[in-house]
Amino acid sequence: MSDWPRVRLHVVTGKGGTGKSTVSAALALALATRGKNVLLCEVEGRQGIARMFDVDPLPYAERRLTTGLPVGEERPGVVHALHIDAESALLEYLAMYYKLGRAGRALDKVGVVEFATTIAPGVRDVLLTGKVFEAVQRNSRNKGATEYDAVVLDAPPTGRITQFLNVSNELAGLAKVGPVRSQADTMMTLFRSPRTAVHLVTVLEEMPVQETADGIADLHANDLPVGGVVVNLVRPQELTPDQLASTDPAVVAADLKGVGLDPAASLVDGLVAEGREHAERRTLERDQRALVGELGVPTYELPRLARGVDLGALYELAGLLRAQGLA
Amino acid sequence: MAGRTPRTGERTGARTRVGPTGPTAEALDVDALLDDRTVGIIVCCGSGGVGKTTTSAALALRAAERGRRVVVLTIDPARRLAQSMGIEALDNTPRPVDSVDTAAGGSLDAMMLDMKRTFDEVVEAQASPEKAKAILENPFYVTLSSSFAGTQEYMAMEKLGQIRADAQRDGTYDLIVVDTPPSRSALDFLDAPERLSRFLDGRFIKLMLAPAKGPARIVSAGFGLITNALTRILGAQVLRDLQTFVAAIDTVFGGFRQRAMKTYALLQADGTAFLVVASPEPDALREAAYFVERLSEDRMPLAGLVVNRSSPAPQGDLSADEAMAAAERLRAQDPTSLTAGLLRLHADQTRLVERESALRAGFARAHPQVATTLVPALAADVHDLRGLRRIGELLADPAGS
Repeated sequence: MSDWPRVRLHVVTGKGGTGKSTVSAALALALATRGKNVLLCEVEGRQGIARMFDVDPLPYAERRLTTGLPVGEERPGVVHALHIDAESALLEYLAMYYKLGRAGRALDKVGVVEFATTIAPGVRDVLLTGKVFEAVQRNSRNKGATEYDAVVLDAPPTGRITQFLNVSNELAGLAKVGPVRSQADTMMTLFRSPRTAVHLVTVLEEMPVQETADGIADLHANDLPVGGVVVNLVRPQELTPDQLASTDPAVVAADLKGVGLDPAASLVDGLVAEGREHAERRTLERDQRALVGELGVPTYELPRLARGVDLGALYELAGLLRAQGLA
Repeated sequence: MAGRTPRTGERTGARTRVGPTGPTAEALDVDALLDDRTVGIIVCCGSGGVGKTTTSAALALRAAERGRRVVVLTIDPARRLAQSMGIEALDNTPRPVDSVDTAAGGSLDAMMLDMKRTFDEVVEAQASPEKAKAILENPFYVTLSSSFAGTQEYMAMEKLGQIRADAQRDGTYDLIVVDTPPSRSALDFLDAPERLSRFLDGRFIKLMLAPAKGPARIVSAGFGLITNALTRILGAQVLRDLQTFVAAIDTVFGGFRQRAMKTYALLQADGTAFLVVASPEPDALREAAYFVERLSEDRMPLAGLVVNRSSPAPQGDLSADEAMAAAERLRAQDPTSLTAGLLRLHADQTRLVERESALRAGFARAHPQVATTLVPALAADVHDLRGLRRIGELLADPAGS
């Protein structure tokens, strides 16, 4: 049923303003069916998950967020959330692998943590992706930790995604050997495997579609697995541009009168003008959709919801993603 | 006007007027701002994906065609927009834009910021050739100059300072329009210079420098602990690179903090005006609100808010519910009714506009002093001067066509 049955790590990217956080959240809900555990991660310090699900700001710890999308009679799964910040990830990493209790705190005090997480080449991204990697790779040996059937990462935007995932390359100029380097190489093995898919969110406008095409080429060039393209914020599709263009004001006026509305000229003209405008945009969308179709990857569409995206809308979008096979 | 700090409000008192009492923001008078000869710098800021670059370019073009001698500093324009302005060649120098109407005596130059090159130039200007070479090749410098979150922001400011100084010396420009980098958060832009300079002046750098500076007074047990930890994690080579880098950069950036302070002071000065750019979405408006608060805390002169991509209000006063009810009735008679489809579109559009205006009203309630202009969403992307001119008209008069 899902187009991506083997994928454990779903990375969601997209140009700013296309709704990649919304799509990440909806995808997590859509994956958390039939008792499956899903982890939704964010790495950009925005607390977008907390806002979307209307909960308190998330700490650097996994929290149960909500139940997944109900499908028939089956028990839905659970979506957990994790807000990853590089500083906490570094301290956890130091504590875990190097038993640096006191030294870790000393490092923080003199500014090494700030240094490592801001300036040291690629280290920030390795720390962020490292935590995601750890969550994906968990198994029964990790006592007390939740095992996840899938992890959804609300990732940095399209322009930065390849660099973000290509952690070994980022470290190449710096750490040629050593523990950080070998860790990065292990992570790359997962990111390049069929267990990972990078989905790109776009809207049907010129620049985002162009960026999506560039992003896909970039991912391919770096052997990173391209998932699907999610076309978001699609306008209502009921009428075709041709139908809209050939609207007859007299017919509209008669129809309005027939259902008891006053067919004032301003109303009729307004409706016809709105229809034309919509047709114009639909025609442009159609051109962009054709370009998306040529990208050679599965595509999924989500509607623009006039009322905005609340919790109910997230489930609605999750249902649509599931019906189309992204989850 | 009231949207600027009280200081500038007094100065431009002619533009001040009593706004409506409801949660509708005062209209931002874009042309008055562009024509105000005391304004020498306009900074456009806001979160990513809201159309900052297009807004900056449109403002710059409009100002030029109204008689200002303008340079626009863009960060990452869309390829076709850059081509149309003749700046697709990234050479870090302002170039004249063709086909600008110069009848009013203005002119327009444009440039695209090359962050790394700007940083390299700072290093080359400050260090001896050998030292500069050592710095430019150091892997830490390469990251610092090309991907450190904050460098782009800082370099945009550095470049702004340079252009400003050149313009004052040569009298080349009387208005600089600056597009800010697509930060993760709009606030990065204000914090980055401070963060970078604090870091370079910080304890860690001093610790790293200690062994190189001889007498090991500071080389305490704590330092051993730290270098040991770093060696275990990163390896000895990395630590050596790091120490070389830190030693080299210390000499170059002795006055780093002063440079950052100077930039900051320039932004606070009377001749600067900030425009916050947003789209009518909760996230973008939330960022805009943070930005407005931060600007006022830092006493930066805020000119107003630009809300891009606003949905055009439908004509007539048929409500969404009435339209939907009528559509249902029509559909019951004729399932393929075109008029029913139009009514549903109208309902959808009305709801969208209501939602956007509720979001804007929320913003206006919290920040009543911020003058606002709306730019209706255009059907197609803007990638030529004609499109920019159109955006300029809409910025100045959202209702006009």
